[in-house]
Amino acid sequence: MRVPVSWLREFVDAPETITPEELHAALVRVGFEEEDHHGFDVTGPVVVGQILEFVDEPQSNGKTIRWVQVDVGEGAPRGIVCGAHNFVVGDKVVVSLPGAVLPGPFPISARKTYGHVSDGMIASARELGLGDEHDGILRLVELGLDAEPGTDAIALLGLDDWAVEINVTPDRGYALSIRGVAREYSHSTGVAFRDPAVGLRAEAISGLRRDGSAAGRPGQPPTIPVTLDDQKPIHDRPGCSLFATRIVRGVDPGRPTPPWMVARLALAGIRSISLTVDVSNYVMIELGQPTHCYDLDLLQGAITVRRARPGERITTLDDQDRALDPEDLLIADEAGPIGIAGVMGGARTENSDATVNVLIEAANFDPVSIARSARRHKLWSEASKRFERGVDPAVAEAAANRVAELLVELAGGVADEPIWVVGGYAPREPIALEGGFVDSLIGAGITDDETVTSLRMIGATVTETEGGFEVAPPTWRPDLNTQPDLAEEVARIVGYDRIPATLPTAPPGRGLTREQRLRRSVANTLAANGLTEVMAYPFLSAAQIESFSEPGATLELVNPLDGAAPFLRRSLIPGLLSAAQRNRSRGLVDVAIFEVGSVYTPVTAPSVAAQPLPSGTSRPTDATLAALDAALPPQPRHLGVVLLGDRVRKQPGQQAIEATLTDALDAARQAAAAVGAVLDVAQSQQRGFHPGRTASLSVAGEVIGVAGELLPSLALELDLPARVAVVELNLDRLLELAPVEVAAHAIGTLPAATQDVSLVVKADVPASAVHAAFVDGAGELLEHAELVDDYRGQGVDEGTKSLTFALRFRAFDRTLTAAEATESKLAGVASAAAKCGALLRE
Amino acid sequence: MSDSVQISEESVAKATDAALEAVSGAATVSELKAVRTAHAGEGSPLAKLNATLRDVAPENKAAAGKLVGQARARITEAIGTREAQLAEVEEQARLAQETVDVTAVASRWTEGARHPLALLMERISDIFVGMGWEVAEGPELEHEWFNFDALNTDGDHPARTMQDTLFVEPEGSQLVLRSQTSPVQIRSLLDRELPVYVVAPGKVFRRDELDVTHLPAFHQVEGIAIDKGLTMAHLRGTLEHFARLMFGDEAKIRLRPNFFPFTEPSAEMDVWQPNAKGGARWIEWGGCGMVNHNVLRAAGVDPEVYQGFAFGMGIERTLMFRNELKDMRDMIEGDIRFSQQFGMVV
Repeated sequence: MRVPVSWLREFVDAPETITPEELHAALVRVGFEEEDHHGFDVTGPVVVGQILEFVDEPQSNGKTIRWVQVDVGEGAPRGIVCGAHNFVVGDKVVVSLPGAVLPGPFPISARKTYGHVSDGMIASARELGLGDEHDGILRLVELGLDAEPGTDAIALLGLDDWAVEINVTPDRGYALSIRGVAREYSHSTGVAFRDPAVGLRAEAISGLRRDGSAAGRPGQPPTIPVTLDDQKPIHDRPGCSLFATRIVRGVDPGRPTPPWMVARLALAGIRSISLTVDVSNYVMIELGQPTHCYDLDLLQGAITVRRARPGERITTLDDQDRALDPEDLLIADEAGPIGIAGVMGGARTENSDATVNVLIEAANFDPVSIARSARRHKLWSEASKRFERGVDPAVAEAAANRVAELLVELAGGVADEPIWVVGGYAPREPIALEGGFVDSLIGAGITDDETVTSLRMIGATVTETEGGFEVAPPTWRPDLNTQPDLAEEVARIVGYDRIPATLPTAPPGRGLTREQRLRRSVANTLAANGLTEVMAYPFLSAAQIESFSEPGATLELVNPLDGAAPFLRRSLIPGLLSAAQRNRSRGLVDVAIFEVGSVYTPVTAPSVAAQPLPSGTSRPTDATLAALDAALPPQPRHLGVVLLGDRVRKQPGQQAIEATLTDALDAARQAAAAVGAVLDVAQSQQRGFHPGRTASLSVAGEVIGVAGELLPSLALELDLPARVAVVELNLDRLLELAPVEVAAHAIGTLPAATQDVSLVVKADVPASAVHAAFVDGAGELLEHAELVDDYRGQGVDEGTKSLTFALRFRAFDRTLTAAEATESKLAGVASAAAKCGALLRE
Repeated sequence: MSDSVQISEESVAKATDAALEAVSGAATVSELKAVRTAHAGEGSPLAKLNATLRDVAPENKAAAGKLVGQARARITEAIGTREAQLAEVEEQARLAQETVDVTAVASRWTEGARHPLALLMERISDIFVGMGWEVAEGPELEHEWFNFDALNTDGDHPARTMQDTLFVEPEGSQLVLRSQTSPVQIRSLLDRELPVYVVAPGKVFRRDELDVTHLPAFHQVEGIAIDKGLTMAHLRGTLEHFARLMFGDEAKIRLRPNFFPFTEPSAEMDVWQPNAKGGARWIEWGGCGMVNHNVLRAAGVDPEVYQGFAFGMGIERTLMFRNELKDMRDMIEGDIRFSQQFGMVV
């Protein structure tokens, strides 16, 4: 909401010297966030000039310029070059003299052009910031103005005004008006507020010829009767509760909008269109009540406010032909729709430059109905914005009268009939407010007296009851319905700054959960081991999904930001690969990154919910809540790792070590070690991965992830190096499977016996199987067995390999002899022979 | 044997002098080894003299033996001393030769880093855990009821449009990417015994185009406290404590009236950031207020008995003004240099 200060001052006595900063400060105190401030940015000598004479001078570029002599009140005229031709001798115009600065900023100086020294510039409306008009220069007669040459045009045109722009929260629609903001300024500063709506109700309208009462004279029906006929109210609330009409005849369509109105509208962010439209907009900004002016002579018969009929269409003011929905509330005459209620009028009855008789509409519409129509037709107009937030039902009549008043005053019209009002509004139900309630919520020592004073200040009616109060909120505050609503109002008026700081004492907590601690541990461990944590974009394309996920249900967004990436990730890998690509494109070729984040893994694709949403006003049953949770797809936290380029870079005396499966497995083991889990690795194949360099990762027999190298062709396709090492594992499952407590035992301190053993097995037997069989057979004397060599070649039969394990034996109760160690070793060999076909290599 | 040299003072002294001269002349450990063989080994002049002892008359044997023994001891000692000297010299030379440029030693470690947003969320969680609060979590893909209805945001609220919230296919699935961490409030109230004091950091989603101050996926931290007798004063106290731990002892909180469906009264909170680079300043930090009675009812809490407050702020925004960052996109693009400038600390 933009608030021109001159306009605000009509209703409150803000100081003459007030600055935008001071005005913002006053409004922030009562809850209007500062957005911006606006001015015309016109300074320096800008004066009224009168055209004395001119010569048309054709130029070589095809243009014809005018060399104009202008009287600017200095005695001697000034010579000015002008490109426009829409003026005659004697016209009064606006001249920016050298030294002036127009919006842009556009400094004016005397400059040589087209063979003359142009001693200033004759301005167009757009150059002055007064609208878009740039077809020619601004002639004062168009604004209905006359002034002596030399008169300060900045003041004359209202260009010395400025506006603050404030953010109005959706609960406070009344503040989308000068009336509402002025009231709030009064609350903030204590200066008196003069309600502009008060003088406009019913009779007290000056300058209007009144022929009857608001109800009309008996036997004399209105020219245009109005019927409210809502057959399909939304939430049992009729779409239109009140509809006021007023007719003004004999409007002069040639009359210009006065400059003060153009200037104020411009500052308010609204372009001047024509006097009638400008007046309607002006009243909307002033009072917060949208109005509409129909060309009375184009209306066909009586008006009905009703829902749209099946198949009905309307061409709106923006010349769009629109299909109407049966839920749309319409204003219709006997020939069909003439407007989508509260959203936009129709083209058929639009005001034109031939309109002389006007029917003014000022109605009150249901916010939900208007919001739905605006959303449906993607028409967020200034009117719908206000109706969606709730318009004061008591101001409709005043607004219709105010429009009539302005059309009479500015357009020479005559209001020849009384205002007609159909419908009405009920007084607000009072809210029972317990004594002391406000402070029990605010905690600032607010007394009941302060409560009553504050509520009366905002326009509520407060009556004392036993133990409390009855508070009837003002008509313009539909947002006030509960005790806490009233508490906020009181706190706002008293000032939030009064609220002290008191630290509450929470009951003793449990600290971080095990999962929270362990997740940190995983991330810290990986980072300490040289991986960099990233947070990737979670939306993917079909190609990205299909690279790694078997066909199956994937979640898709209805309204993705990027139509090419509408899917929710099932895997962290595509996002990490994109991040890797980005790093490489920025010259960072060695990348070791990880992400911890949720993936979305539906078992089946979601369907349209069978049940409507439960109400938010009470706790659903346990069964309902369980059903809501059951509808959510699993979304486990995963850990993803991508390594490419060099893991160890080339350095003095150090060859580069390329990132490979080794590093993927190490990262996986580091993550497992960080949570106390032991990871088992097995040969595996997986979509998108190298068929011979991929391992499944399991804990306690359950596969929870994969480590491997990317399929080289896929890496190539992604413009990545041939070896890309990748890990992805289900972090939630890892934590669940990891032991909650460490099983620790005593440490043997007697001397160890060390030996080696080499076992020959078929080449396709996994080393882990040989290790496991050996350890199993060797028994408890074997403390540690570690694979130290995998030999193939001379001395070992083709198709077999020799695995060498370094062994450490120890007993708790005695120093082992070599014979005992050998006996244990041979038992291990026997086990490996039995389970894996291993032969002892002598 | 009569032609052989006899043990005498002269002969022993001669052999000894020759040996000592050779020892002191040895320049390396290996030369000294040769000297040892020549002058102290078998076949050395002294060994030969020693061998003549058996021919010495018994009455002279003791004196001759002593003479040779003392000579051999002197030589052995000299060799030992010289050996230690030479070993020391050689050790020094070897160490000198092994000297490296410690500023150019190869590293097998690569620098890693945490993401600053993750670190910041951990830091915030720790602050609240320190006050006895707990850290709660909830699903990112949420049911509309938890994201909207339970939070006093009915079906006609503008936040529920396709414009603002990301919906999951098919239309009418009632599944959304949560647009706020507030559903965790509801889940916490439904799951826990009262009183409840929890913070919920996490990822949220809005239909915002990516630019310097907007990400379609970003992070918030939400706090909620429901107990008997909690007021806005407790809200301010909690926020102020939080702010001091985040921004220093001079930090303070300013509340301004605002509107959120899930709180009433509601406030916008500004924080006084005393340590800002360009000078201390007020910064818009987030929203807060007293939990709306409708929200309490949706979670099965009796607002006649319990009341409390809630607050929320953006993690990205906090990181931006706390660490003087200008472009939010750096946080989601995965450029390793962004995280690495933080390392393990935010």
